[in-house]
Amino acid sequence: MLRARALDDRRFVLNRAGKLAFIISPRGHEVAQVAAIAALQPGRDRFCLYYRNFAAALACGFTSEELMLAAFARAADPSSGGRQTPGNFGSRRRGVVIGSSTVGPQIPKAAGIGLALKWRGEGALCFVSFGEGATSQGDFHEGLNFAALHQCPVIFFCENNHWAISVPQALQVAGPGVAERAAAYGISGTRVVGDDFFAVHAAVAEAAQRARSGGGPTLIEAEVLRLQSHSTDDDQRAYRDPAELAAEALKDPIPRMRDALIARGWLSPQADQAMRDDVNREVEKATEAAEAAPEPEPGSLGRHVYADA
Amino acid sequence: MPERTLVQAVRDALYEEMEREDRVCVLGQDVGLKGGVFKATEGLQLRFGANRVMDMPLAESSIAAVAQGLALEGFRPVAEMQFADYSYPAFNQIVNEIAKVRYRSNGDFSCPLVIRAPTGGGVRGALYHSQSPEAFYCHVPGLKVVLPSTPADAKGLLKAAIRDPDPVIFLEPKKLYRAERQDLAEGDAALLPLGSAAVVRQGRDLTAITYGYMRAVTMQAAARLSTDGIEVEVIDLRTLRPWDVESCVHSIQKTGRVAVVYEANRTGGFGAEIAAELAERCFASLDAPVSRIASPDVPAMPFSPALEHAFMLNPDKVADGLRRVARY
Repeated sequence: MLRARALDDRRFVLNRAGKLAFIISPRGHEVAQVAAIAALQPGRDRFCLYYRNFAAALACGFTSEELMLAAFARAADPSSGGRQTPGNFGSRRRGVVIGSSTVGPQIPKAAGIGLALKWRGEGALCFVSFGEGATSQGDFHEGLNFAALHQCPVIFFCENNHWAISVPQALQVAGPGVAERAAAYGISGTRVVGDDFFAVHAAVAEAAQRARSGGGPTLIEAEVLRLQSHSTDDDQRAYRDPAELAAEALKDPIPRMRDALIARGWLSPQADQAMRDDVNREVEKATEAAEAAPEPEPGSLGRHVYADA
Repeated sequence: MPERTLVQAVRDALYEEMEREDRVCVLGQDVGLKGGVFKATEGLQLRFGANRVMDMPLAESSIAAVAQGLALEGFRPVAEMQFADYSYPAFNQIVNEIAKVRYRSNGDFSCPLVIRAPTGGGVRGALYHSQSPEAFYCHVPGLKVVLPSTPADAKGLLKAAIRDPDPVIFLEPKKLYRAERQDLAEGDAALLPLGSAAVVRQGRDLTAITYGYMRAVTMQAAARLSTDGIEVEVIDLRTLRPWDVESCVHSIQKTGRVAVVYEANRTGGFGAEIAAELAERCFASLDAPVSRIASPDVPAMPFSPALEHAFMLNPDKVADGLRRVARY
C-alpha cells in the first residue's frame, strides 16, 4: 500500500513535470486492492484487473521498476512493451491476464477463464475487478449470468468509489447498490467497507473458499473513496462538492490502516517510518532506472500483430 | 469419400478437429442437441458431450468473451454466431479484445480461436439475416477472415483456422450451405492453408475477383460472356485477410482488366480495398479502370422477394458489369 502510494505520488509529480503522459491513480483504493489479492494465490489464480488496479498489480508481483517502465512507456514494460497506457496490466507468468482500456469486457472473459479452470479441476480461480461504472455494461450482466449458470470459480470484485469520471452513483446504479444484483443470478453477494483491510480480506477469502470447492462465483462490492481525480486528464474539483472532497481527504485509508496497526501494537511508529524510507528509496531507484531505460524500437511497431510477425 | 454439402463439410471439419485434439470445443446458441439452426454442429454434442459442445445464453458478447477466456487458457474454441448480422453485440469483444490480445501484450498472450457465422443473403432472410459484414472484420489487424464457397474449401479452411495460432473470423455463405455436394478428403489431407486464392476459371480478356456466393454468380456471368467471345478469368479469394494479392496481380498482368464482384454494400466494402490495392499495384498493366460490381448502398436486404431480387447481384447484373469493363 505504501509502495503503491509512493509510486503514485511520484507518477503525479512526473506527469505535472511533463514526463509521463497519462496516469490513473489508485488513491483511496489501495487497502481494498491489497487486501483482496492477499486473500488469493498469485501464481496459481488468474487476475483480470482493471485500470485502477495499480496496488493490486503490485500485490500480484509486479515490481516498482516494472510499473515505472509502463508509466514511461519503455520497451521493457512487462505488460505491453510500452504499447498500452499504464494500468493495463498483464503478465502470463504471474497469471495476470492482459487488460484493455474499454470498460467491462474483462467480466465475461473472466467467466470463460473460470470455465476453463473449472474444467481443469485444480482448484484455481479467476479474480476480476472493475468499478461501479462497469456494472452498467451489458458485459457485467452477461458475465455474471454465465459464471452463475456454470458455477465457474470466479470472484467478481467491484471497487465502488461512487464516481465514474464525473457521473455519480445516483445516476449510474439503480437500486441500493451493486452487491444486491448477485441475488438475481442466485449467487452470493456481499458489500464491504473497502478501507477495512480485514473485512475485505475475509470477504475475498470466503469467496475463494467457495470458488475452490465448487461453490461457484461471488460478487463483492467494496466501497472505497476516489481520493484523486479519474485520471491526470481530469480534475474532479470541477464537478464535486469541495466540502465532500475535503471530508473524504480526511478518511484516507492508508493513514487509518497505519493508525489501526499501531493501536493494535502490530506496528511501531519507527517501523512505519523505516518502511516509508525504504519505499521512497525504492521509488527513487525505480524512477531513475525506468527513465533511463530505452524506448521501444520504432521498427518494432509491426511486431506481434500475428504469430508470425 | 462421402459427398457432402458445405454445411456438412463445416460439421465434418469440427468433428475431425475435435477427434484430433481434446482442446477443441464448440460453443454457441443452439449448437447442442439441436445441432445449430443450420445443422452445422449436428451430432457433435452426442459424441463429445455438453462441455465440449456448449449451448450458450443468447448473448453474443459473452459467447465471444467466454471463447476468449477459454483460448487464453489453452483451449481451441470455435464459437458460433447464429448469423453474422448478430455478431455486432460481440464487436467490442472481437475488435478491442480478441484481435488485440497478442499486440497489446507485446506477444506475451495469444488468443487462437475461431468465430463462425453464416453470412450473406438470397434466402429471404431480410434485413437481419442477410448481411455481409466481412469488411468490418477485414479492417482489423490481428484478425484473419475466411469466406469459403465450396464444401472442400470450407472443410479445409475451417480445419486450418482451428489450428491457426491467431483468431479467425470464418464466414459461411448460407446461400451455399446446401447448394452443391463434393467428395471431401479426410484428416490432414483435407487441410487447405489460409491466404491462398483459387483461379476457378481461366480467361485471357478480363479478371473477375470474387468470393463467397458471388463466385457462383460470377461463374454464370462468365459463361455468358464466353458465348460473346469474352473470356473471363475468375479468382475466388477464399481468404480475405490475408488475401492473395499476388495471384490477382499475376492474372491482371495477363488480362489487363479487372472487376471485383462482392455481395456487400458497395461503399467501403472489402472489394473497395481490393480495387484500391490492385489499382496501385497494377496501374501499368491496366487497360481499363478497376471496377466494382457490388450491392447497392441501402441499409440491408429487404424481405420482399421483389426487393430482395432488386438488391442481390445476379448473373445478369454481373455480366453487364463485366461487359462494361471488357469493352472500356
